[in-house]
Amino acid sequence: MNRSPMTQTIKTKVLVVGGGPGGYVAAIRCGQLGLDTVLVEADRLGGTCLIRGCIPSKAIIHAAGQFESMARAAQAPRFGIALDTAPRVDFAATTRWKETIVDRLNGGVRALLARAKVRVLSGWGTFSDAKTCKVATAAGEIVIVAEHVILATGSTPVELPSLKFGGRVISSTDLLSLQALPQRLVVVGAGYIGLELGIALRKLGVAVSIVEAQSQILPLYDAKLVEPLRRWLERHGVAVYVGAKVLGLNSRGDAVEAETRQGDKLTLPADRVLVTVGRQPLTSGWGLEEMAVAMHGRFVKIDDRCATSTSNVWAIGDLVGEPMLAHKASAQGEMVAEIIAGKRRRFDVRAIPAICFTEPEIVSVGQDLDAAGGDATMVGVFPLQANGRALSMDAGDDGGFVRVIARKSDHLVLGIQAVGQHVSELAGEFATAIEMGAVLEDIAGTIHAHPSLGEAFHEAVLKSLGHAIHI
Amino acid sequence: MTRFIFRLPDIGEGVTQAEIVAWHVRVGDRVAEDQTLVDVMSEKATVDMTSPVAGVVVAINGEAGDFVPVGSTLVEFEVDGVADSSDTKPVPAAAVSPKPAPPVKAPAKQAPKKTPVPPVMLAEPESAIRASTDTPLASPAVRRRAHELGIALQYVPGSAAAGRITEQDLDDFIARGGVAAAPPIDSQGDRYAKRHGVRETKLIGLRRRIAERMQEAKRNIPHFGYVEEFDMTELEALRRELNEDRRENRPKLTLLPFFMRAIVALVPEFPHINSRYDEEPGVLRSYDAVHIGIATQSDAGLMVPVVRHCESLDLWGCARELSRVTAAARDGTATRDELSGSTITLTSLGTLGGISATPVINAPEVAIIGPNKLVDRPVVRDGQIAIRTLMNLSCSFDHRIVDGHDAARFVAQLRRLIEKPARLFMDRP
Repeated sequence: MNRSPMTQTIKTKVLVVGGGPGGYVAAIRCGQLGLDTVLVEADRLGGTCLIRGCIPSKAIIHAAGQFESMARAAQAPRFGIALDTAPRVDFAATTRWKETIVDRLNGGVRALLARAKVRVLSGWGTFSDAKTCKVATAAGEIVIVAEHVILATGSTPVELPSLKFGGRVISSTDLLSLQALPQRLVVVGAGYIGLELGIALRKLGVAVSIVEAQSQILPLYDAKLVEPLRRWLERHGVAVYVGAKVLGLNSRGDAVEAETRQGDKLTLPADRVLVTVGRQPLTSGWGLEEMAVAMHGRFVKIDDRCATSTSNVWAIGDLVGEPMLAHKASAQGEMVAEIIAGKRRRFDVRAIPAICFTEPEIVSVGQDLDAAGGDATMVGVFPLQANGRALSMDAGDDGGFVRVIARKSDHLVLGIQAVGQHVSELAGEFATAIEMGAVLEDIAGTIHAHPSLGEAFHEAVLKSLGHAIHI
Repeated sequence: MTRFIFRLPDIGEGVTQAEIVAWHVRVGDRVAEDQTLVDVMSEKATVDMTSPVAGVVVAINGEAGDFVPVGSTLVEFEVDGVADSSDTKPVPAAAVSPKPAPPVKAPAKQAPKKTPVPPVMLAEPESAIRASTDTPLASPAVRRRAHELGIALQYVPGSAAAGRITEQDLDDFIARGGVAAAPPIDSQGDRYAKRHGVRETKLIGLRRRIAERMQEAKRNIPHFGYVEEFDMTELEALRRELNEDRRENRPKLTLLPFFMRAIVALVPEFPHINSRYDEEPGVLRSYDAVHIGIATQSDAGLMVPVVRHCESLDLWGCARELSRVTAAARDGTATRDELSGSTITLTSLGTLGGISATPVINAPEVAIIGPNKLVDRPVVRDGQIAIRTLMNLSCSFDHRIVDGHDAARFVAQLRRLIEKPARLFMDRP
């Protein structure tokens, strides 16, 4: 007869499953509110965002930008700066540098959780019922019985049946940990992840092709916003195949075969194939099916308080739907913690900003032209070419602009987009304007510091009102 | 230029204060002598106060709905000349304002002004409340606070650009008790559109008086209701005949004069029903005289003018007085005497009638009699179905004074008189 090993049981007020930007923020807020909280994470604290997503990719993108700048200086002097020899990249070293950043942030999250008196368990958790979770830790199994459960398990890359991960076929996670750069990269899926990484590798000298099944790269953004990006890809020799369906690897396994809409067959040689066709919520492998939680398609169904169909089981982040963005998950996590602490809250936001760290960058807040075009709206566009700060950063000539869309009847700002180098940092102002319910005259009446990219926003608003100064 | 101060004069016996009903002048207005300044109300008489001087209004004290004591400053004027040389030494009101003499004393000469309809005070007309499908425009802080308070911002008027709801708007909304301004009703709008408007009307003047008196009557008097069916066929036939043959100068007879005479006939037998009960000392005053209050709908609300000494009036006399006092009440010319002192009240909704009612006693009386609607119905008479004109009579009595048995007897006697109207005109058998 087997004797079951000693099992430790922890009773807690709140159990958070998943240590990403949704889960760790929820746990910290719970701790701040004095709730007894346990966080379970099988991997490193920080989740996809910190460990294998947003932050690592931005580090690689930054390094790629530095490399490209030097490479151009080696080709011909720029700004009076010349390099006698072309730069070299040791991608393993780049990856190590990236890891130092990840380590710092990971340590930071750990410290914040400790300060909030959150108990962190490292191990894979599996629910046996909605309030009971067994965690396989290095020190043995721990059973957690919680009054409230916050599900924040996040998402994983979607695999294509015709291009299973393995060998040359890699996910974004794999790419961010490559020890050497491929010579030829084929990116399958021209969403923001594929484009960000494909562009970064192009800047690092990799030959990049992109295959997208839909008729436009970044299909979720309107064509005008994407145009400067399309031109950058064109100028930098990135082959883009839109409306093309990937069939799989060729028989030798060294090229991606695809078929265009016209029926032409493409064979794209590849040392690496990056598949970025989306992410899926992580709903299996941890006992979700034991929790009697209703689903909404592939996502966990929630109401505007992030409550699932099972009482005192909450779900946040990628697990509950689009947009799968870290800042949405964090906002939901904070809110759920406050609800558990007895506050009256609901998820009530006007806009969730989205940024593509492509070249040039794209930021979109609120409704875009596809959503809000038409007679009832007024649009103001200001080109970065006419912005002194952009020119001073050599960022004025890639077709970038700031665009504001407002309701004609009362000038309420409905959406703000920008495309151009460094525009991602404008996201905060854009989101504030929309959340505060700004009308065009509010922005027009706000002095924007000179010289700054923000002036382009001010001018776009003036343009919509018919009196831009600098165009 | 000198300052002239106009004080609320003594407007009747025992009146110590009056309610301001409506102002007719504003600060800065130049007024002529005898121009109406303000309507004030005491008990049930509304009096218009006219200006004793010509001058410019420089100050006004009190708002509509306020009670002001007799002798307090109502209006201050800048006047040319000599009316009063001192700002600080106002001339006694009686000396300088002979015009608004107490109307009770001379009702014919100083007819009180028609009681104005109390102004409806709309919550400030602000911007429209958005449709429920529109997302309310407000900053995250305002949205969060509203949600915490359980306030749906759809109903909160926004004062800033594009109808944005500011912190102040939310505060104002809360201060109003969470009552939104009335949304303009879109005449072309969807007839099934939800309406969310609420209008606030401050009860002033007569409406407030009615509210107070009804509340008082219902709170203090243990009412009991009693309904009996009357066969009106014979009385209606008589009434029709009398009306057809009546002399030109005689008013048309309604049912009420018959009831007035019937009550008069019964008072000797039921003296405590024709009474006023003074609660404080616990004294019931039963009157030999029969002063019948007649519940009357005026534009301003319910009034109860009184036909005095009905025992001294014949049927036609009752009809004439009834017609006169109700008309006076309706057009606002009824005097204080005509509006007080009843010993029992009749309430009839005329042709509206209803089949039954639960009238509220006109305190401090102890009984109120309410004829309902006349209807032709098939009834069984002597084993045969006959068409008769029937009517219910709904009464309320003060149970402290009137026992159920007495009330039933009173109504039964009333029924005998009304059903056989000839008895009304005969000495008791």
